[in-house]
Amino acid sequence: MALSLDSYLGVHAQALTLEAQRTELLAANMANADTPNYKARDIDFKAALAAAGNGAAALGANLKYRVPMAAALDGNTVDTQLEQAAFAENSVRYQATLTFLNARLKELMTAITGS
Amino acid sequence: MSSFKVFDIAGSGMSAESVRLNTVASNLANADSVSGDPSQVYQAKHPVFQSVQALGAANLGVAALAATVVGAAANQLAQQASASVKVSGIASNTAAPEARYDPSNPLANSDGYVYSSNVNVVEEMTDMISASRSYQNNVEVMNTARNMMLDTLKLGQS
Repeated sequence: MALSLDSYLGVHAQALTLEAQRTELLAANMANADTPNYKARDIDFKAALAAAGNGAAALGANLKYRVPMAAALDGNTVDTQLEQAAFAENSVRYQATLTFLNARLKELMTAITGS
Repeated sequence: MSSFKVFDIAGSGMSAESVRLNTVASNLANADSVSGDPSQVYQAKHPVFQSVQALGAANLGVAALAATVVGAAANQLAQQASASVKVSGIASNTAAPEARYDPSNPLANSDGYVYSSNVNVVEEMTDMISASRSYQNNVEVMNTARNMMLDTLKLGQS
């Protein structure tokens, strides 16, 4: 039986890709914190990960617009504090996924070297 | 590669905010500059920010439909979904300059009036704080993204 690295790494490989994309999206939200008419966006992470697991496009339909708590006069919907919190959370999740992946790879190395 | 785009985005934010900081410095430096001619007096300058996005919100539905066919297209969509920021221009405040009667000023016109710039110092100070905070925010994003990349490079090595 051939070992498929994709199935061995499980959901974590896809999660890492999604978290990297979310990092980019949140960075874009914060870079545009002062841009008139910019609408903040985020990923529906659960749905996107499920879609990635089924082989469908992870983003696209799961790319949503944020509902602003208080609309700015210039049409901008970025709440910097909220984005900062989401960014911090996302980076911790990224590190966690990396830890999981590292553990998996270490297991594999142990199996290969036998020590 | 998609994951390096975060540096471009945060970098664009930093450069846009530094342009804003530059205009604030220029406005504050010229807050007290006067002229005898109302058309020659300094006008407050403000940058106009614009997000740079390959795909508009209206096109997103169509693109998403196409993206379900190939996984690579989805990655491309993700790249276009996040927008960097650019300064599309510098707008001058066209509000009329304030006329002040000051006949002893060497720049005064024949009626003894000088015209001072329309810079609102309080507004500029708040603008400066806002620009500085946004700049710091983008620096923080870049630092975090950098650490994330470096940790990813060490994957499987420890």
